[in-house]
Amino acid sequence: MKENSRVIPFIDPPYFLSFAAVGGREEGEGPFGHLYDHIDESGAFGQKSFENAEGEMQRLCLSLALKKSGLSEHALSLLVAGDLQNQCVASALGLYTFGLPYLGLYGACSTCAESLLCLSLALSHGPFERGAAVTSSHNAAAERQFRLPLEYGGQRTPSAAWTATAAGAFVLGKRGRVKITEGIVGRLIDGAITDASNMGAAMAPAAADSILAYLRDGAHPLSEIDLVITGDLGRTGSRLLCALLAEEGISLGEKHKDCGSLIYDPKHSDSHSGGSGCGCSASLLACHFLPMLERGELSRILFFSTGALMSPQSTLQKNNIFGIAHGILIEREV
Amino acid sequence: MPLHTNEKYKQMIKRFSPKSPCFKNCVRAFFVGGLICFLGQWLFFLYGYLGLDEKAAGTLVTVSLIFLSACLTAVGIFDRIARFAGAGTLLPVTGFANAMVSPAMDAKSEGYVMGVGNKMFTVCGPVIVYGTLAAMLYGVILWIVSLF
Repeated sequence: MKENSRVIPFIDPPYFLSFAAVGGREEGEGPFGHLYDHIDESGAFGQKSFENAEGEMQRLCLSLALKKSGLSEHALSLLVAGDLQNQCVASALGLYTFGLPYLGLYGACSTCAESLLCLSLALSHGPFERGAAVTSSHNAAAERQFRLPLEYGGQRTPSAAWTATAAGAFVLGKRGRVKITEGIVGRLIDGAITDASNMGAAMAPAAADSILAYLRDGAHPLSEIDLVITGDLGRTGSRLLCALLAEEGISLGEKHKDCGSLIYDPKHSDSHSGGSGCGCSASLLACHFLPMLERGELSRILFFSTGALMSPQSTLQKNNIFGIAHGILIEREV
Repeated sequence: MPLHTNEKYKQMIKRFSPKSPCFKNCVRAFFVGGLICFLGQWLFFLYGYLGLDEKAAGTLVTVSLIFLSACLTAVGIFDRIARFAGAGTLLPVTGFANAMVSPAMDAKSEGYVMGVGNKMFTVCGPVIVYGTLAAMLYGVILWIVSLF
């Protein structure tokens, strides 16, 4: 590792053994709806509350991923998971039945890449053989915690995003076809944003910062990377990211894909700027991008999950909303 | 900031963030709000026709509109109308009813006392507090004026 390098190379890179994505009705109606492993039309997942529903979503998602790999939970030695609820309670509710060593992560919407990064570190540099990373967000649970009641009638600004009801689970091990070879830990970036309904603007500078860090310190130049994927910048945030990178003389062009801008059909949903929430990037990675890598349609992607770190209290107290973007480089074995 | 100065970024945000369709929202609010008032007026005529005096009929109109928007909130229709109408449903008493019922519905999973009872006022609490305060101040001013 170079001195002052922000990119972590994984000496013994972990491989994806299997993965699964679960979503709600809106995600099912989106352009990738048919690729999800399970869609629950009601979003309740058979539970009494939306908070429990999110937990059940995580349990279901990990079970589906384990089933695909043909492994039992006993084959795993570490679970790394996170969601948007206080104390990551959805992860706890959903994953306690597995009885596995568990690390709960809170990175707002950056949790997907953060959990894969942490698990990769543990597998690559630690004693673990196999582990799983699970990430979820639930629209109803998140709206209740961060914004307004579900049935509250009002108009949202065009820059606002729709928290995805979705989860992604990834089982990682030491053999396979698709591997995580590098990681980028994001920095806390203050874009002086106080508007909680423009998260894209809070996250875009962080995404730009991490992308620039990779292009400076990473093993591959942009020409060798097929796609640069961002988590949930939305349409507003994506435009800002392109403008910020253009200032540095970098143009991603068609290589840039934003999960938030892709997950919903803009014509048929009330998503405004796009999807958000950590389940957004997690589910699209599991149902769309990783299968493309497995089929050989892609060979190397940079995947960033972007988070806006705030609480209802911090925004009322007029604190700035910090952005963060963690990234991983995913490659197909040649 | 290593990437840019914040002032510059602020201008960038302004340039790239889509604006709210203000004119469209105003037109929609005008017509839906007007329609609600129209409905209220007809209910007022109806209650008058049924024999209620002006004051009782006025009160009953308010109660009817509150009941109606509470019901529409409960069946999940109100938010869809409000998404279209904006201030048109927010400003009349319908918006207040929705602001009471929607958090109460949400909080049902936390029980009737600490859930519904507690969270019911999270949205319209400020309206109640400062509405009452304004009424008190108005009363005091009216009383002072009446002394002279």
